[in-house]
Amino acid sequence: MIGASRQEGMMQRLLVGRMFQGRLVPDSMRTEAGGRIDRARDLRFRFDGVDYLGCEGDTLASALLANGIHLVGRSFKYHRPRGILSAGAEEPNALVTLRRDGGRTTPNLRATQIELYEGLEATSQNRWPSLSTDFGALASLAAPLLPAGFFYKTMLGPRGWKLWHRLFEPLLRRGAGLGHAPTQPDPDRYARYHDHCDVLIVGAGPAGLAAALAAGREGQRVILCDEQAEPGGTLLTEIRALVDGIPAREFLARSLAELSAMPNVRVMPRTTAFGLYPHNHAGLAERVTDHLAAPGQDLPRERLWQIRAARVVLATGAIERPLLFPNNDRPGVMLAGAARDYLLRYGVKVGNHVVIATACDSAYLTALDLAAAGVEVKVVLDLRSSAEGPLPEAVRKAGIPILTGGRVLGTHLRRLRLDSVLLGRADGRTRWFDCDALLVSNGHTPTAHLAAHARAPMHWNDTWGAFLPGSIEGVASIGACAGATTLAEALAQGAALFAAVPPPVEAELPIAPAPGTLQGAETGCVFVDLQNDVTAQDIRMAVGEGFRSVEHVKRYTAGGLGTDQGKTGNMALFALTAAASGLAPAQVGTTTFRPPYTPVTFGTLAGPARGDLFDPVRTTPLHDKAVAEAAVFEDVGPWKRARYFPRKGETMHEAVAREVAATRATAGMFDASTLGKIEVMGPDAAEFLNRLYVNALTGLKPGSCRYAVMLSEAGFVMDDGIVARLAENHFHVTTTTGGAARVLHHMEDYRQTEWPDLRVWLTSTTEHWAVIALQGPKAREILIPLCEADISALPHMAVRDLTIAGAPARLMRVSFTGELGFEVNVPARHAPPLWDALRARLAAIGGTLYGTEAMHVMRAEKGYIIIGQETDGTVTPGDLGLPEGRAKPDFVGKRSLTRPDMLLPDRRQLVGLLTENPAVMLEEGAQLVTEASPPPGTPALGHVTSAYHSPALGRSIALALLAGGRTRLGQRLFVAGPRGGIAVTVAPPVFLDPEGARLHG
Amino acid sequence: MVEIMVLPPARRMVLWGDTAVADRAGAAFGLALPHQPCRAVEAGTRAALWLGPGEWLLLGPDGDDPPLAPALADLPHSLVEISDGFAALALHGPGAARALSAGCPLDLHEAAFPVGMVTRTVLGRIGITLWRRAAAEWRLEVPRSHAAYAEDFLAEATRGMPGF
Repeated sequence: MIGASRQEGMMQRLLVGRMFQGRLVPDSMRTEAGGRIDRARDLRFRFDGVDYLGCEGDTLASALLANGIHLVGRSFKYHRPRGILSAGAEEPNALVTLRRDGGRTTPNLRATQIELYEGLEATSQNRWPSLSTDFGALASLAAPLLPAGFFYKTMLGPRGWKLWHRLFEPLLRRGAGLGHAPTQPDPDRYARYHDHCDVLIVGAGPAGLAAALAAGREGQRVILCDEQAEPGGTLLTEIRALVDGIPAREFLARSLAELSAMPNVRVMPRTTAFGLYPHNHAGLAERVTDHLAAPGQDLPRERLWQIRAARVVLATGAIERPLLFPNNDRPGVMLAGAARDYLLRYGVKVGNHVVIATACDSAYLTALDLAAAGVEVKVVLDLRSSAEGPLPEAVRKAGIPILTGGRVLGTHLRRLRLDSVLLGRADGRTRWFDCDALLVSNGHTPTAHLAAHARAPMHWNDTWGAFLPGSIEGVASIGACAGATTLAEALAQGAALFAAVPPPVEAELPIAPAPGTLQGAETGCVFVDLQNDVTAQDIRMAVGEGFRSVEHVKRYTAGGLGTDQGKTGNMALFALTAAASGLAPAQVGTTTFRPPYTPVTFGTLAGPARGDLFDPVRTTPLHDKAVAEAAVFEDVGPWKRARYFPRKGETMHEAVAREVAATRATAGMFDASTLGKIEVMGPDAAEFLNRLYVNALTGLKPGSCRYAVMLSEAGFVMDDGIVARLAENHFHVTTTTGGAARVLHHMEDYRQTEWPDLRVWLTSTTEHWAVIALQGPKAREILIPLCEADISALPHMAVRDLTIAGAPARLMRVSFTGELGFEVNVPARHAPPLWDALRARLAAIGGTLYGTEAMHVMRAEKGYIIIGQETDGTVTPGDLGLPEGRAKPDFVGKRSLTRPDMLLPDRRQLVGLLTENPAVMLEEGAQLVTEASPPPGTPALGHVTSAYHSPALGRSIALALLAGGRTRLGQRLFVAGPRGGIAVTVAPPVFLDPEGARLHG
Repeated sequence: MVEIMVLPPARRMVLWGDTAVADRAGAAFGLALPHQPCRAVEAGTRAALWLGPGEWLLLGPDGDDPPLAPALADLPHSLVEISDGFAALALHGPGAARALSAGCPLDLHEAAFPVGMVTRTVLGRIGITLWRRAAAEWRLEVPRSHAAYAEDFLAEATRGMPGF
């Protein structure tokens, strides 16, 4: 037999439960019959190290209650013992950690929503060393010192003591809080799918079901989701009414069968609609394997469904509110509706001798049903001054005494379980009642969360003592969440949405949920928010200290925070804030409802986006060739690019120096395939490009290339590249690797919106062409034998289509190294064989492969800019010493170049820097100043944009943007650094071959 | 339930131009280019996909060389080969739409995305061109460097996929 003594620490080590014919059997709080569990299928589970038995169909909460366990957790702040309050998603107390194996450990799960499976292992939280002996409970002795706003007040301790960091935060982090996050990677898979429907119905209770039947019969695409394992909502516990002439639960089964036969309707159990976003976009979390003992390999643990619905129907029901009275948080105090759910759905009596205290009618149903199951209902205390109507009548007829106009004055705890309650009568007399459960109801709060996410207005309703959601376009609320109080009303509202006739209802008694207004005592240790240990006194104090907005009261007291987001406590919080402020609840309003409705795992939100699928990696057609050459890669945006090709034992510095030297001495080969490429065609192509680039392009001859710079409308450099004119109406334009998509969009934007009269069209060819750059004095010698045309006289900045090594190629004589050079474009499939052919000739001649690092060094030696390195969105072509298009009448950005700020003489201009000590390398990004040790606050004159060791010069070089830089050539400045200023001399930005002799080779 | 196949290389050309260009190109290509937005037309081994106003993707077998350029020589147009810039994936089977829905937010129900419809859209983190060739047959044109991601993404989407 279960007793309170079981819950003592010593006893918990013993196996609990009766032995019957040699096996564990579910314990004595299970009824003989009834409920929707499978009594033939025992499930063994473990809670805090003790084995118990439950049944298939149980939740962890119902199975614990079947074993007589009410005490399941310790509270957040004061470590007070807490029991199971509810039977659903609103549970504030019964949070447990579920553990399958190392990585599969989930804290803060609601025992009321955990479906039992064979071998389930759960532990309670926020207690040490055990639930029954928790040293953290000493915190409750200090409760007077830990009022609302405690954190904020302690943070304001005497300056210098650093009390918060040294004392309070470490202490609080240890003492407060919920479960612990798992430390190992999550081994489960998570999936994500999009879907669309005509009607998304949230909640498969009577209203939702009626709507689904009506919409489904019309042929609409319907998704009906319900957070519970079994759809049905209150129909699951409706044992009195006849619907459509048959018992309500048979009507439920018949309706679900009809829906499952409709191909246009999908019923999704275990699926929580956790958020409703703009334009009827809903987030649904489907729990796929958490209820399975052996989930297998292939199924994801959860699926995220992103639903776009033409119409959203919210049938989310209502949540019962607890009563406010001193010590209303004792294990054994439970919502009256929950007690009825446990009885009718799980065959569990939550107590043998119960007292019911209520401020609304629905708790009378609990009294009737518990009494019928053999539970002694000692008394029903109704806080209202009178209890009339069919339900109280039925209770009286059943011989249960009713006290009206009374109050609950206190509770008594014995062995961490409620053992008696003190009731006060209207006439002032008081009396203790022995009981093992106190079932309370303070009315119901419509579950308006999703409607609020969608910005539906909230209207105060006096009958409900709560806010009801108004309707907005495309989103309707029906059933209890919209204020329906009877089964017939709920069914009618669901059917009416689709102009259908609801099934007739014959009910012996009106059903739950019944509205009620918020009532109850407010003095003493009255908990409003059980999860965050917020008391009525805390709220009064917050208002007393000057907090007026309910949003501020929420943050100051922590009421409504946490995993339950105040589902049971918020209405009391609003009402008490209103009372303390002397306002009506409607004036106080609600706090903001934010998604998610119930917590969603990170895994569900991340979905498949992890590992290789986190972010796509782009590789060039020559990637495998670079891998074969032992390249070291770097990430350039999404691309993998070969950074350098180290030989055995070489450092990066050595490899880069060798690659640069060999390229300048003989030749180097480089994979430039990531460059963006756009083909611009049409009779107005030249005019189009001429308007987009600073440089003059209309006069460019077919067969020629030009380096060109593109500005934003603000006049700042946004991209650069080569414009190659293939024919009168045909251009091949290159962009930077990172700018490819941006430049195409920029061009399309102007083409479509600014100059729709121009006959010009754009096609991205970035991925069609692979590009091999061949640079160096012997580049031509390497290339000539492979070309099926004579290129010996091809001048710098020329372009030809020809066949190279059997491949259709587009050859450009261009250089980003300062050497004589070519870029060979071939369709991607031809790149590997061409690479091999060139590689063989390169090796024979003593050339080298080079990577992006050597490319950077060589271009810096020549003072060539890199977009994003020498530019940062504030740099004009003039700043860089590039042509400013003065002779051109117009181009994008030209007008901005004449703004006064653009003409200031002290704009930062591109210069070179030479350190006085040639061995010292500058830091990119370091600031330029005039003194070696400037006082703090000295404005910088500029900054270093690029810094490398130059093999050609045998010393360090740097590029910088410097205020009035071109007038400072030869000046001695300092680059600020952690070890003091580094002396530098300002130089022109071109360090090598300023005449371009090598280039024109 | 879903078969994912990498299709062999193909001839791909992007054609831009007005109605006259489309008609002339259709005659040279051997099928009438679709004028209805987001529709594809197939004939034999060739297909023309409407990608945008005045923009078509012309598909043919690898090495196909229809006489488009000479046919269009005197009309303003743009014709650019992009054969190697893309890879094609085919999805077959009743679960294909569900697999695609893992990364594509469009309504893939046959009422909203009928057979013959084609559109540029996204699959997870990448852009694709999606074409429904039959009720349970789809072709994806994927940028070459994203093809591996697309294949891996779809394979992952089909694991433990719901049957609806």
